[in-house]
Amino acid sequence: MAEKKRLKNLTFLEKMYIPEIVKGLALTLKQMLSPSVTMQYPEVKFEPPASYRGRPVLVQETNGTERCVACGLCSRVCPALAIEVQAAETELEKERYPQKFEINMLRCIFCGFCEEVCPEEAIVMSKDYELVFQNRESAIYGKDKLLVPVDELKDRIDFLRKFKK
Amino acid sequence: MPTITIDGKQIEFKQGQTVIEVAYEAGVEIPHFCYHPKLSISGNCRVCLVEIEKMPKLAISCATLAGDGMVVHTNSAKTLEARNAVMEFILINHPLDCPICDEAGECKLQDYAYAHSRGESRFEEIKNRKEKRVQLGPRIKFDGDRCISCSRCIRFSDEIAKSNQLTFTNRGDKVTISTFPGESFDNPYSMNTVDICPVGALTNNDFRFKSRVWEMSFTDSICVGCARGCNTEIGVRNNEILRLTPRQNEEVNSFWMCDNGRLNTFKNVNAEDRIDGTFVRKEGQLQKVNWDEALEVAAKSLKEYKSGEIAFVGSAFATCEDNFVLAKLAKQLNIASVDFARHSVAGDQDDILIREDKTPNTAGAELVFTKTNGAKLEGIFRLIKEGKVKTLFVMEDDLGSINDEWEQALGMLDLLIVTATNSNKTTALADIVFPAASYAEKHGTFVNFQGRVQRIRPAVSLDEMDRALDGMNMSRWDKFGTKFDRWNQGHKYDAKPSWKILAQLSSHLGGKIKYEMAEEVFAEIANSVDAFKGLDYDEIGELGIQLKISEKVEK
Ligand code: SF4
Ligand code: SF4
Ligand code: SF4
Ligand code: SF4
Repeated sequence: MAEKKRLKNLTFLEKMYIPEIVKGLALTLKQMLSPSVTMQYPEVKFEPPASYRGRPVLVQETNGTERCVACGLCSRVCPALAIEVQAAETELEKERYPQKFEINMLRCIFCGFCEEVCPEEAIVMSKDYELVFQNRESAIYGKDKLLVPVDELKDRIDFLRKFKK
Repeated sequence: MPTITIDGKQIEFKQGQTVIEVAYEAGVEIPHFCYHPKLSISGNCRVCLVEIEKMPKLAISCATLAGDGMVVHTNSAKTLEARNAVMEFILINHPLDCPICDEAGECKLQDYAYAHSRGESRFEEIKNRKEKRVQLGPRIKFDGDRCISCSRCIRFSDEIAKSNQLTFTNRGDKVTISTFPGESFDNPYSMNTVDICPVGALTNNDFRFKSRVWEMSFTDSICVGCARGCNTEIGVRNNEILRLTPRQNEEVNSFWMCDNGRLNTFKNVNAEDRIDGTFVRKEGQLQKVNWDEALEVAAKSLKEYKSGEIAFVGSAFATCEDNFVLAKLAKQLNIASVDFARHSVAGDQDDILIREDKTPNTAGAELVFTKTNGAKLEGIFRLIKEGKVKTLFVMEDDLGSINDEWEQALGMLDLLIVTATNSNKTTALADIVFPAASYAEKHGTFVNFQGRVQRIRPAVSLDEMDRALDGMNMSRWDKFGTKFDRWNQGHKYDAKPSWKILAQLSSHLGGKIKYEMAEEVFAEIANSVDAFKGLDYDEIGELGIQLKISEKVEK
């Protein structure tokens, strides 16, 4: 059997281990006395910054309608094919609206491409990271779950206006 | 022959051709909006400007005749500058509303703006607004903002549809399209303007907002609305047909199709009344059974009758393959009475496309049936009335809807077996119903009134098919969808092409008719029917082939 080669031979002090043990204990002691940063989730929740990419949501105007015009660009750009949009005609000036808008949260990879491509600022990444479902069917979010009032999305929209060209 | 040099390529041409035509034939596409090969030259869009040496100014290639020794540059700095300027000019008042425009994805303006414009607008004033969502005719909506005033639609209505219903009104940047006072843009060919409109100004009411074009798959097919057999493209999403558009074939329909064919020949494919699975009448009710049982019952019941008591009726709606196998099974059973119904609407014909014969394959059915010498359809009808024919096999035709007498006659039969795509009066009276594949779900051939054989291909998948394995065209959704994706769960009908049903019935009757593919049936037709001699599917190709039948030369 070949003799094991060390990258570096230990010095005498290192071979004694004692100084290393003292160093370790000192670190432990320091951590014990410094303030704790662990969050007691779910009692305490993390409030992400505006740049955070949580689940994509649809912007709901103050009058209750969706901002989306069902152009299908988000659906086309989505690398994971998570989005299905079915357009229909509306009397509103925008002419078309999404009769059906579904995002499959099992497919979504939170890349934010949908938000980036949307010509209407109608789909944005929210701060919501709590996604729980028990089967495939309930992972498909329809308009009921996707629509979020525009006021609640102010942070993200301001962020986009500042940084998105 | 005179020659012209385009972008350094020496090209021969015929005297009288324009520069844009010569370039197109040589594979150089000069951008254009208003020019259309089948319409008169208008020369209003100016996008086709090219530099021609020794000419003082740039010239529009659509209206400049090619001359011997001409040297044309379609991509020189001067041409590009002019093209960019024209694009910028056209885009000044354009709303740029591609996200809500149905044309997006197949829009010339979008493509050229991407390829040839400066990329940014310098126009800071307020854009001109015009009328939107104008119902120009019963089937077409017009968006004034999007119109680039190319006049293609006007020229189409004047020169091709001969309806003279459209015109420009106002002048300058206020110009817009409208119908003459009191007129509606309503003629049998009106929807072709939706296809030739280079932008999304004219939209198809029926298809409007149903799907983005990039979500669909497109399959070459043939319209089944009449004996013209216009070449079409079937647009499918989630296994459902959403749109038919014409496909160019100079021998048959040029660039056009009629509105009736476009709108009314595909909806039955995904209709509520589609027959899904096999049905056998038990205790007076049609009940769903499996294929084996239905075939077994059909074979057993057929055996109970003498061949003289049975008649077979084929169909001009079915393919040559279907009719051929029907004739073959009749022969196996020694049945002499084989014919099919004609569906002609006297007077409903014009000298553009529409034909009196409302079926796609009367000529084909005639060709594959020639050898039989039993009773014809009238005779079969009489024999049923006289009680001599007790059993009828009807393939893909609704005999019960011909008239009340036929419906009565069908009621007198002891046994009625049908193959059908949708429920109708005949299936209501049937004892055994086999679900037939529609023209959009199978391979096969039709022979149009000119004697031209043309192919249909599956665009919609049946239960027994698989898009990938069967080599069907696929959209992105089709390629990547799983059974858990709601956008990939379009219904697949449990049906089979009639030739396949007949072949299976034959083997249940102890016969030897056996085919795996429509192509094999066609190979046999090519061997046994003179008119088809030497042909195969590859030979027929995308545009079909004229059969050598002397009496049909009409165009
Ligand atoms: S975040 Fe990315 S993966 Fe998720 S829906 Fe949007 S585009 Fe698709
Ligand atoms: S890109 Fe925006 S406007 Fe278009 S369908 Fe998606 S959310 Fe709606
Ligand atoms: S409606 Fe379309 S085809 Fe007609 S003039 Fe306008 S852009 Fe041209
Ligand atoms: S002319 Fe006949 S074949 Fe052509 S589109 Fe109309 S119905 Fe169909």
